Amino acid sequence: MATQSPQRPLPPGPVGQWRGERIDRLAELAATPPDERGESLTRETLRRLRRSPMAIVGAVVVLMFVVIALVGPYVLPYPPTATVGLDQIRPGQIPGPSAEHWLGLDHLGRDEFSRMLFGARQTLLVGVVATLFGFSVGALIGGVAGAANSLGSRAGQWLDSVLMRFIDLLLAMPPLLLAFSVAAVLGRSLTAVMIAVGVAATPIFARLLRGSMIAQAHRDYVLAASALGVRRNRVVLGHIFPNSLAPVIVQATLTLATAIIEAAGLSFLGLGNPNTSIPEWGTMLAQAQDQLAVRPALAVYPAVAIIITALGFTLLGESMREALDPKLRR
Amino acid sequence: MTMVVERPTGRLLEVSELSVVFRRRGQRDVRAVDGVSFTVDSGEVVGLVGESGCGKSVTALAVTGLLPPRGVEVRGQARFGGADLLTLDPRTRRDLRGREIAMVFQDPISSLNPVVPIGVQVTEVLTRHRGMTLRAAKLEAADLLDRVGIPDPKRRLREYPHQLSGGMRQRAMIAMAVACQPRLLIADEPTTALDVTIQAQILELLKDLVRDSNTALIMITHDLGVVAGMCDTINVLYAGRVVESAERRALFAAPHHPYTVGLLGSIPRLDGVRGEPLYTIPGSVRDVLPWHEGCAFTPRCSRRVEQCVAGPPDLTQTPDRSYRCVNPELAPAVGTGVKAAS
Repeated sequence: MATQSPQRPLPPGPVGQWRGERIDRLAELAATPPDERGESLTRETLRRLRRSPMAIVGAVVVLMFVVIALVGPYVLPYPPTATVGLDQIRPGQIPGPSAEHWLGLDHLGRDEFSRMLFGARQTLLVGVVATLFGFSVGALIGGVAGAANSLGSRAGQWLDSVLMRFIDLLLAMPPLLLAFSVAAVLGRSLTAVMIAVGVAATPIFARLLRGSMIAQAHRDYVLAASALGVRRNRVVLGHIFPNSLAPVIVQATLTLATAIIEAAGLSFLGLGNPNTSIPEWGTMLAQAQDQLAVRPALAVYPAVAIIITALGFTLLGESMREALDPKLRR
Repeated sequence: MTMVVERPTGRLLEVSELSVVFRRRGQRDVRAVDGVSFTVDSGEVVGLVGESGCGKSVTALAVTGLLPPRGVEVRGQARFGGADLLTLDPRTRRDLRGREIAMVFQDPISSLNPVVPIGVQVTEVLTRHRGMTLRAAKLEAADLLDRVGIPDPKRRLREYPHQLSGGMRQRAMIAMAVACQPRLLIADEPTTALDVTIQAQILELLKDLVRDSNTALIMITHDLGVVAGMCDTINVLYAGRVVESAERRALFAAPHHPYTVGLLGSIPRLDGVRGEPLYTIPGSVRDVLPWHEGCAFTPRCSRRVEQCVAGPPDLTQTPDRSYRCVNPELAPAVGTGVKAAS
């Protein structure tokens, strides 16, 4: 038997018509059988990542960001909430960069550089927790649906349909709007932001894991395991599931980028942490609005930081996705 | 060929009138298997031979209950030790698989889970069917790998499929299949994905294993060379039906069905004229007639007569064989066929 996974022709162009298609495409990429050399998927992906300049740039940016977020708060020149230069603030005049304050002061005389460093940690925290939330809930729903579908029974089919129609419902809403709605319902808090952004990321993970699991369920090793009488639960958990994770992990990197932007967006619109004295890039951006005429740089710093960080995660994620794509191999 | 060792006999598997129809919404039904009957005795090596698409693999999957649960209609009987495998409830059938009936597939690289070490995949069978503890299963797994000729088994158990060579992967697959000393082993083109030299080794291994443990073996293959060296009985399949069934010697000495004649004639011969084009059966497997209208082989057959399309040909039983043809090749075909192993 040479049962290949049923490979649907991939839609032309980098992006499918609909978000769902793009997700399904990623699911199918990782399900392509390894080539004749028998090199493991992980190893080949890593080898190709090392050769891609895009991946290296992305990885460096991400690494820098993570180091700053982890170490930054311990090497702050000033406490981020202390109004150290309040006496230097005049109406219509906020001091710019100087030897003491590398990025100048903000409108309350706080050290902008310290706030930027501290904000990195907030941003990373929200991004990671939100992604983990989306990953866990999405993987749970997608995993159950995928398992139910692979088992092939009528009840499984039904459960899969019900779960996936719910996911389609979430997927139909723009993620930022979904996050806003959730945040609005939960009220203003840091936890609410994390959950809101996480919920917005959930449907992608669910659909991706389910698609990946179904693609794996048609692979020969699953048939071989069944032929040896391995129990269905064990086939799903021990064989199908671990092989389905690669595209989901890639998606997690891409989701980190959107999570950071969405978290900043929520803070910017005032749905974030109610304690606005704690620096967060989105909040800082919102506060800088009032000073735009006086010192536009205050808006530029957090904006650039958000863009670079999101770009770093996107570059890394996209090149990981490309490294998985068998059509682009060699 | 060595003397046939005396074995305890007895009917092990009796497949009768097995048919498998794949139904797909919006498409025509596909009759992959259309009334296949054959028997397997304990310790016997039975060959299922035919071109791609003749229903060999689907027959095996139907017997083991591995066809997808939906969109497939399976009819007929497959009696195995007093029970009908086709109507058995899935749970019982799952218990049988791996313990009583095991399978070896064509491509070992895709049949092994790429992200799970070999050891885990072998011990899985042992803990599942023989109720072993993990510790005991690990020891037994090393022993099994050793028995199928994998050197340094302890180290290999920790390795992943991609770290093994093709031949070793197939050996590992075989180790998993024979782990519980099944009464029936089904090998579905076990050597097709391997190098020629490795093929011979794997066939030798299979032969030794079934002889030592009195396991019955169903060899599914399109390679008559494999069949000639291994099988006691051979069933030639065409378009989902057994067209000729005979003991090996009889089949190779005097093939009766024109399709069998054609298959034997297609084997390149060392003593043939050099440079001469190899013999092929004209047409392709797609040029079939539905069996209920006549012999499915008619469009490609060189011996076709009007009677061929008068209706499905009956099974003709003779002392040494059965065949399904109205105008068989009764005289030993000259210039075709492989001499029976002597």
